[in-house]
Amino acid sequence: MFVARSIAADHKDLIHDVSYDFHGRRMATCSSDQSVKVWDKSENGEWHCTASWKTHSGSVWRVTWAHPEFGQVLASCSFDRTAAVWEEIVGESNDKQRGQSHWIKRTTLVDSRTSVTDVKFAPKHMGLMLTTCSADGVVRIYEAPDVMNLSQWSLQHEISCKLSCSCISWNPSSSRAHPPMIAVGSDDSNVTYGGKVQIYEYNENTRKYAKAETLMTVTDAVHDIAFAPNLGRSFHVLAIATKDVRIFKLVPMRKESTSTGPTKFEVQIVAQFDNHNSQVWRVSWNITSTLLASSGDDGCVRLWKANYMDNWKCTGILKGDGSPLTGSSGQPTAMSTVVGSSVQTSQSVLNGTSAGRAWLLVSSTQACVA
Amino acid sequence: MEEVDVEPTVTNIPAARDGMHLGFAWGPGDILVFDTVYKAAGATGSGSSLIHVVRKDEDIYSPILRKLFNESHHIFVGLQTIREDLPSKNKKPQFVSISKSYRSVIRACMEELQQVAVSTQDAELATQYGNQVSILLAIELIWNLCEVLFIDAVPAGSLLLHLLDWVRLHKADVDEKAREVLQSESPVEHHGYWDVVVSYVLQGRLEEARQMLAKQAAQQYADKNMYKLMDNLLSKMPVYNPGSIHTLTEFDVKWRHWHEEVDRCLQDKSFASNVHLELICKILVGDEDTLLEHKELLSTWYHFLVTRLLFAHPTIKPTELHYYAQSCMAMFLDSRSAPETLDSILLAAFDFDIHQVIKDCSIALNNWWFVAHLTDLLDHCKLLQSHNLHFGSNLREFLLLEYASGLFNHHSLWQLAVDYFDHCPEFGRVYLELHIERVPLDTERKALKVLRICEQRQMPEQVRSICKIMAKRALRNNRLGSALSWSIRAKDAAFATLISERFLQDYCTRGTFSDLDLIDNLGPAMLLSDRLTFLVKYHEFHKLYGEKCFTEAAKLLLSLITAKIAPRSFWMTLLTDALPLLEQKEVIFSAGQSYELMFFLEELTSSFKPATLNSDKSMQEEDIELTKVELLRLALARNLAKAIVKEGTVDA
Repeated sequence: MFVARSIAADHKDLIHDVSYDFHGRRMATCSSDQSVKVWDKSENGEWHCTASWKTHSGSVWRVTWAHPEFGQVLASCSFDRTAAVWEEIVGESNDKQRGQSHWIKRTTLVDSRTSVTDVKFAPKHMGLMLTTCSADGVVRIYEAPDVMNLSQWSLQHEISCKLSCSCISWNPSSSRAHPPMIAVGSDDSNVTYGGKVQIYEYNENTRKYAKAETLMTVTDAVHDIAFAPNLGRSFHVLAIATKDVRIFKLVPMRKESTSTGPTKFEVQIVAQFDNHNSQVWRVSWNITSTLLASSGDDGCVRLWKANYMDNWKCTGILKGDGSPLTGSSGQPTAMSTVVGSSVQTSQSVLNGTSAGRAWLLVSSTQACVA
Repeated sequence: MEEVDVEPTVTNIPAARDGMHLGFAWGPGDILVFDTVYKAAGATGSGSSLIHVVRKDEDIYSPILRKLFNESHHIFVGLQTIREDLPSKNKKPQFVSISKSYRSVIRACMEELQQVAVSTQDAELATQYGNQVSILLAIELIWNLCEVLFIDAVPAGSLLLHLLDWVRLHKADVDEKAREVLQSESPVEHHGYWDVVVSYVLQGRLEEARQMLAKQAAQQYADKNMYKLMDNLLSKMPVYNPGSIHTLTEFDVKWRHWHEEVDRCLQDKSFASNVHLELICKILVGDEDTLLEHKELLSTWYHFLVTRLLFAHPTIKPTELHYYAQSCMAMFLDSRSAPETLDSILLAAFDFDIHQVIKDCSIALNNWWFVAHLTDLLDHCKLLQSHNLHFGSNLREFLLLEYASGLFNHHSLWQLAVDYFDHCPEFGRVYLELHIERVPLDTERKALKVLRICEQRQMPEQVRSICKIMAKRALRNNRLGSALSWSIRAKDAAFATLISERFLQDYCTRGTFSDLDLIDNLGPAMLLSDRLTFLVKYHEFHKLYGEKCFTEAAKLLLSLITAKIAPRSFWMTLLTDALPLLEQKEVIFSAGQSYELMFFLEELTSSFKPATLNSDKSMQEEDIELTKVELLRLALARNLAKAIVKEGTVDA
């Protein structure tokens, strides 16, 4: 792997989250400088900042895109105890020429009494639903009943988790066999409540979310959690960032016809990696759930892949090398850099005349001009 | 199968290290990486505020390799459609031919790359192309060997012939050298002359060796007899003919006779006085040390292997290959240097360990193209044992899924990937669903392309989603016609209603319709939503009116009113539209129709709120409303009178 280009994001403080939109043509960044920036990718692959505005009165922890079926919509959450929904307004023609667009606030969700640590949209088949979780231990699910009017959101569910929440993840499966399911992770240091991952499931009859499972084996603080894309499987795969990287398999057990409670699961641990040496802060799946990426205290991002025998291994490491490029502040657009290095060596070319019988591993020193 | 633990590749990111973390975000075909600090309580502090786009080295962006992907896709699809029910002996020649097609595509690509590598001015680009050429060379080498051993699976006798072809194909420099020598003033005095002769012999090209030697013989009167003897030996070497009536055993006997004759010449010291001919004789007898002395001419251990087999064991059986391969490699390579990846792969092939070959190739290459296509072909030849797997139902599917997923990131190659997913029975469909909904819908044309693919495969949810996205985008940009046609295609009644209302609102404010063509030609699609139907019919009314077909227009208007599919806000407008028809000289609305209109008007006015509650409307607006109602009442009454008279009159 190599660094194809580097973009000077121009945030005045730490960036906390970067989020691609659904089609990968836009991205949003949020920072401790309390602002969100939206970037558009041009045809030649360069990123241009098309909007930058102050969103909160505290550090913005996460930013996320709604599905494009609902238009161009962003949600952000912040230390200032609020989450907000933003919509892009098609601008005046002179704005378009300057490559700028406007985002306006549609609503502010102020129900939380503490910092809002995560914000996620539910899978689109559930409608336009936004979920937040806070350090006050409550997961809140909001719905916009009229997708044409994004200023109206109603709080549909409040799930009290009893532990300070740090992250949430929706099960993306839209299969009828799976009722809506959300996993909540907690970074609470409280040891009385052992399991730091709770799984809630929606019950059609009671019209409420009920706890289906607590992962009791996860006792350390959980910083991130991610359901894998479902791929039509009957079971669910969940990745957890805690003091190590863990991948769980949740197999729904057959419900008796009389049972009205949430699904019971058989919980199996599929893999556990402690290569990051200490805390793991983020985990995220690629779109086919064939690769899991994790970021940890060792300052690295690791990529995990299952081979065709379903054995998980680390297949790549992205490591900060301690030599940051100083982004010159006068550059608003992308900077192309040629930085490529990989540890595996290459050999010389195979041809008939040399006595070499060598083989070239392309994944090495090929520097590619971006 | 044992898993060799391969160290993960490390990629350095120019980012700060101590105390900082690397944030990341998955993207299509890349990962964004940035400096950050994760802390339970969150942190501030300045990072470099740079976001790095990290990508896998991927060949899909190379324009020349694109041809490789396109053409191999064509071959792949052809392979999938070979009928399953044919007996395997009929299929083998087809598979061999397909294998050869793949190889010729690789060769064509290689040649093109070579040309560009040579002609480019940019040194870095030249190196890059050169590297790609060498990789393709290696790929073709491996594929060719796999074809000989696995797909064609030739028996002893033919096996050596095929291996000889294989070696000859990958050692083209002999011909170059020969050309150079022959084109020189005096070939026999050229410093490369003997190298060429020996190379010919090493490759079993004895005819050509004889021709070269003839030139020397013509000038060497002293050693005339020696040259004649050598020529004799060379001409008599038995070559296995698979089509002949003689069996392998008979060939073996003949060969041994010849071998003994050559050996006798050696023992007799017949060529002792000519160091070159003596050398050739030693080669013919298969002397290993002599062969090893000519490592530069052989240049590879597998050339050494084939040459050694040619002159020592031409009837080698496939099952015996691996033993000779091992020992030849050991003998040829320096004890100091470890075998390269390519060497292990070839060795695994000689060992007939197909899975090992595939595994080693998967690890060594950065693109799944080779292993995916080769494995698919081998699977069709029924050469792969099936393991039941988690990802993909077997190795073939796993590799194809990997390859096709990689293609999807490319702005045009993604269309090839669709066919690959189609032929992955277990997970192909769900992978396609996941990938195709993320294809950026830059233009209408692209969106239609994506839609067609989804519709052909009965993916209604993806169709609906894509249409909805396009409709929403059009609506945002105020392109109502486009939005409407997309929501019709999405069968989204709610959205169609919304857009119809916007159309009607537009009409109210501007007095004209936009996108008339679309509205006129909707056909049965207009029934998607009541509002939409109303919109279409209302426009039809206006058209009829414009064409002065007043009676039809009136009938239509009345049906619109009575069917009550109009939004309430529109009722007044409809009645106002009736006014000019009522004011016409001739009677258009019948008495009965007039009654209906009056009834409708009463219903409408009865719902008017008293003036005090309706604070929105200004006094002026109220006045206008009331005046309109009065006018209507008057017009209706007059029309009713005329109609009654008309209907009561007996035509004279």
